[in-house]
Amino acid sequence: MNALRVVRLGLARGGIELRLALTYWPDLVQTTVFTAIQILVLFLMRGHHVPGTTFSLGSLTLPSVIGMGFAFGGLMAVTGFIAVDREDGTLLRAKAMPDGMTAYVIGKIVLSSATTLIGMVITLALGLIAFPGISVSASGAATLGWVAVLGLLATIPIGITLGSMIPSPRFIGVVLLPFGAITAISGIFYPITHLPGWLQAIGQLFPMYWLGLGMRAALLPSHLASVEIDGSWRLPLVFLALALWSVLGLAVAPVVLRRMARRESGSRVAARRERALLRAT
Amino acid sequence: MSDVAAEVRGLRMRYGAVDVLDGVDFDIRAGEVVALLGPNGAGKTTTIEILEGFRARSAGRVTVLGTDPEHGGEQWRARLGVVLQSWRDHAKWRVRELLDHLGAYYARYATPEIRRPWDTAELIGLVGLTAQAGTRIANLSGGQRRRLDVAIGIVGRPELLFLDEPTAGFDPRARREFHELVHRLTDREQATVLLTTHDLAEAEKLADRVLILAGGRILADGSPDELALRLSAQAEVRWTIDGQRFVHPTDEATAFTRKLFAQHGEAVRDLEVRRASLEDTYMALVQEYEQ
Repeated sequence: MNALRVVRLGLARGGIELRLALTYWPDLVQTTVFTAIQILVLFLMRGHHVPGTTFSLGSLTLPSVIGMGFAFGGLMAVTGFIAVDREDGTLLRAKAMPDGMTAYVIGKIVLSSATTLIGMVITLALGLIAFPGISVSASGAATLGWVAVLGLLATIPIGITLGSMIPSPRFIGVVLLPFGAITAISGIFYPITHLPGWLQAIGQLFPMYWLGLGMRAALLPSHLASVEIDGSWRLPLVFLALALWSVLGLAVAPVVLRRMARRESGSRVAARRERALLRAT
Repeated sequence: MSDVAAEVRGLRMRYGAVDVLDGVDFDIRAGEVVALLGPNGAGKTTTIEILEGFRARSAGRVTVLGTDPEHGGEQWRARLGVVLQSWRDHAKWRVRELLDHLGAYYARYATPEIRRPWDTAELIGLVGLTAQAGTRIANLSGGQRRRLDVAIGIVGRPELLFLDEPTAGFDPRARREFHELVHRLTDREQATVLLTTHDLAEAEKLADRVLILAGGRILADGSPDELALRLSAQAEVRWTIDGQRFVHPTDEATAFTRKLFAQHGEAVRDLEVRRASLEDTYMALVQEYEQ
């Protein structure tokens, strides 16, 4: 019974945070700027063709970008949320409340899932309207559904883990840099088959590639699988890879989070505040 | 609830090779307001964080509301209030919204004796933020934010409230308002409070009992008056005669003033008898310790 009550508190928290994120304009700018840039890039690519076909490169990239959105909204954004909340004392407040940490984490999951899915819906709607070749069949919708769910499961726990590990929000670059590198080798903006084999191998280690592939499988005509590795959408492997990352993340995140939370105290937050204020002057 | 809210015996805290706390003993009785004083680095914050369950101790026995803080569960947590110094957390939230939300965490932990949480509107009134109930927290003044911190700390009607340097950085008016708020709390709610402060006048004003912590130990433990008396029975007598000021320290203030009147009668003006203040006691104790 109590578990249900805590989940309700977490849902309420996530709901309030989502409403604030969607109504507080500085936040709204921050969250929409990324989507806006993506869309701009897609439009610029619309006139180009996938090598060896007459298919629009923009249409090929749009599902990949939806996949990347999960890595961004689930992983990068959550890393940032946790790092910021540690620094400004939000997390300590959660810790000072009964069931506060659990509700805090549920709230963050709700917030990041919702913003990621909203981003997906916007980009998808745009794709259906303005990009030739993007369509959602019944089986495509099912694929979209399970890839989205697994995508959140595979990315959010990693975001929580990284956010708990970096010492302050200023270290977000440490995460952002490899994130950019992984994006480059995950076949998001260009087919992965055009990369050297060893880079393809590295790219396939991370969830972003599989998120992109799963979304392409869901939204593109089947003949485009020809530009993929093995000329196939490899959906069983998409499932397996994302499921493995989910299991790994779900196993590691609670341990790292708990360890970090145990060490949070008023004097730690005060010390961070002092450092941040020093930097500001 | 038992008579003792917190019990600390032989508390030690070691960082590397340094013992910050070296055998600290004290009790906090239910309904008491206890001030923990001490120079910077004496371990006040460490002590309070150990009691709050935010920090693991090196050795010793600590019981807070009947539980070891290191093993306190959510049920135990719900009976405590911690007033944290806010910075910019929950900046986008509105005052009423945040108190409503955080209050809900305590609803399950209500008991027949203690209704939890506090009614939001009533609580906002108590801390004097009624006019700001719909304001975004980012737009509150420093003093208002601090009162919100107190409101968050007490929203679950804690049986024991921790205040770590609650008025640091306050202007005199905000400080007075804060003291009135604590008085209202302790009078109306019989809350037990442990506070740390650097402000001796604040400790004298708020606390039933004062603990002085220096060198990792409790140097003194008693009411502000007791401490002042214990350390120095001396008082200072000041008066003027024909516009000329006189100051005389004495152990026998009553006998001295009687003699003064016998000698000069009505010519004695502006008579003041000043007991040693908590500040005098504190300085003497800390100096003694440092030598």
